[in-house]
Amino acid sequence: MATKLKETDVVIVGLGAAGGIAALPLVQAGLEVIGLEAGTWLTKRDFAPDELRNNFRGWPQAVQKANHEVPTHRPSASAPYSPRPAIHPMMNAVGGTTLHYWAQSWRLNPWDFKMVSETARRYGPGRIPKGSTVEDWPFGLEELEPYYDRVEYEIGVSGKAGNLGGKLDPAGNIFEGPRKREYPMPPLRGTGFTELMAGAARGLGWQPFPGPAAVNSQPYQNRSACAYHVFCNRGGCHVDAKSSTAVTTIPKAMETGRLTVVTRAHVTKLEADSEGRVSGVIYLVDGVEYFRPAKVVLLASYVYENVRLLLLSKSKPYPSGFSNRHGQVGKHYFSHNQGASVTALFPWNLSNWYGLPAQGVAVDNWADDNFDHARLDFLGGGNLWVYSDRRPIAAASMNTFGKAPSWGSAWKAFIKENADRWNTAYLQKTTLPYEDNYLDLDPTVKDPLGFPVCRITADYKENEHKLAAFIQDKMERWYKAAGAIATIRNPVGTMGPATHAYGGTRMGDNAETNVVDRWGFSHEAPNLGILGGSVMGTSGAHNPTLTLQALAWRTAEHLAQNWNSIAKLK
Amino acid sequence: MDKREFSRRDLLRAGLAGAAAATAPASALASTETAASAAPQASSVAAMQARRPFETLSAAEADTLEAIVARLIPTDANGQGAAEAGAAHYIDRALGGALASSRQTYGAGLAAVESYARASKGAPFVSLSPADQDAILTEMERNAAPGFSPNSAAFFDLLRNHTIQGMFCDPYYGGNVNFAGWDLLGYPGVRTVVSADQQRMDIAPAPNHKSAYDYDMFLKASAKTISRRGVSDGD
Repeated sequence: MATKLKETDVVIVGLGAAGGIAALPLVQAGLEVIGLEAGTWLTKRDFAPDELRNNFRGWPQAVQKANHEVPTHRPSASAPYSPRPAIHPMMNAVGGTTLHYWAQSWRLNPWDFKMVSETARRYGPGRIPKGSTVEDWPFGLEELEPYYDRVEYEIGVSGKAGNLGGKLDPAGNIFEGPRKREYPMPPLRGTGFTELMAGAARGLGWQPFPGPAAVNSQPYQNRSACAYHVFCNRGGCHVDAKSSTAVTTIPKAMETGRLTVVTRAHVTKLEADSEGRVSGVIYLVDGVEYFRPAKVVLLASYVYENVRLLLLSKSKPYPSGFSNRHGQVGKHYFSHNQGASVTALFPWNLSNWYGLPAQGVAVDNWADDNFDHARLDFLGGGNLWVYSDRRPIAAASMNTFGKAPSWGSAWKAFIKENADRWNTAYLQKTTLPYEDNYLDLDPTVKDPLGFPVCRITADYKENEHKLAAFIQDKMERWYKAAGAIATIRNPVGTMGPATHAYGGTRMGDNAETNVVDRWGFSHEAPNLGILGGSVMGTSGAHNPTLTLQALAWRTAEHLAQNWNSIAKLK
Repeated sequence: MDKREFSRRDLLRAGLAGAAAATAPASALASTETAASAAPQASSVAAMQARRPFETLSAAEADTLEAIVARLIPTDANGQGAAEAGAAHYIDRALGGALASSRQTYGAGLAAVESYARASKGAPFVSLSPADQDAILTEMERNAAPGFSPNSAAFFDLLRNHTIQGMFCDPYYGGNVNFAGWDLLGYPGVRTVVSADQQRMDIAPAPNHKSAYDYDMFLKASAKTISRRGVSDGD
């Protein structure tokens, strides 16, 4: 029997990228907030520059709660299961995945919010691929702009504006939507290699620019500047220069005295009252069960766990899972088309031994609808991203481009010469939701408590494959223009557990096809808010974190401003 | 940090890598022993050990593994290989810890290598010529060697991946002895602060022979209280 605790105003399930943001506007409005986090505090002492541990052994995710809950995957309902990855991409810790993420901190482009209507307007009817369930967002970029701005300044994002109030600046991304003001910090510095690539892009008539990063390019709010030491790719920052919520909004919220952080709290169920409102959450700490009643609950875990917790929380009002009377929980799921990268070999050393994945050069000419699709047989596009990032085990494990065997003296001679001469671009491409790509509970695989894990049924379709080939062509051209002597097109792969997962509790005005309304609150349980990538209905061609953080701030602000009605106070 | 780790790191710092001593010619051994006398804490350990001890594998398994890694990354005109870097010792230690789930695979796989060596070449793997050893490894890589479960290519991939880890990992883990792997690649080493000049293509930074755990801030056992919000000096 769960120990019943005192009721609080708001419980946030998961203090990561989204929950860690939402806490701040709530406590600033005077609300009492309890953050339940499955992980612990990790500090810069934990973030050693250790490739083997971080990148090959997956510390600390390998030993965390989420790692017992790695989703299963099958490409379709009739296909066999894929091998289950050893490491869950998400992090359990205060700050969550913002501790070890790449910190690329993009806004979505205007088209991403209006894909359906803009496609019809520009290309006529019938262009949305068959079977896709994509919808326009319930609002446009202009609605989210103030929240993007707020989060960029609150946590600290480095970058160069390309569109200041409609005035384009080719030093930044000319394809971005209008922004009110510059980034709070200039972009991270370039390197010899990224400058070479930028020059080659200009030679092709493209517009290269430094990408935005939630990493300090200069000291910001008493945190130091980036040290460019290359170990924050799947590692945390050793100088607190990465703008994780663990070193920004969460400590700031705690200073008010109104945010209580409960670590090692393993949430197992959302409880419903007889009217179908959420009444609180059940959680375990070291095997002891608690019930924390709350006037409002914000579910802010990763996509897979948001969906799983809802589906596991069955009750009289919700016999098929919380907020799932319309059968929409788990639907409209997709993960970013991050495969189909390109690897290049150069005839000189690139000096990529230092840096970080967010220190790079971007090209958006082939992203979203920034180019004419009238004569093309796919929709969407990709962001081309080239960055400075190399560590020794991965360097030695390089592709030998068919020029050497995979071991022995000839291999050794090859890697001695070429370890610093190769580069793999990161190509993020539009992925659409489809009616037969979805999440549910696995019928057989369970976590150590006996609860089913999340099951992914999803695969890339024709649109994603055609787009991937188009983007690979562009990337090969760019590398060759910069002097590459060989390129390799890597496979698209399939849609197993992903670092960029979307949907499952999509946001939209129509309760028949969406789980949450335009403010992020459940269509069925008005005092349940949902935060994170699970509310996003399109991916765009850019990393999701800043967008889901802007959405989290907006949902929290809406809650604070409408407290009496949402919390149903008399 | 326990005492065993400490003495191993002290050995590494004194240039007394056991694997190097085990395979080095007598003259080189003599010079390392001279160095040992300058490091009194380490000297008795070095004198006792003709070979760094293995913690997890049996002596016979270790013999086979050392011979395999020496062929995967050979000692040759391009310098030291996996033998000097201690890749077999890296694997041995990891099999008692982070790679414990592979311990049984190694037991079965190394035994299968031995059986195949005797069946196809008539002698233990360690006694074969380098050419015969390479022939066996090639058959394994091509998934053509019998007697492996599930198959020889899977075990070959495991060996190759772990040998690369042992050659190029942070020396804290018992491989990459004397930074043999990092020097082979021209990797300029672990730094906690990197300048713009160190990211230029026309200047190669000088190698920085340090383990991550040579930086005090990452020593978990340290009693030093380090402020969570403070700023690091780096190196």
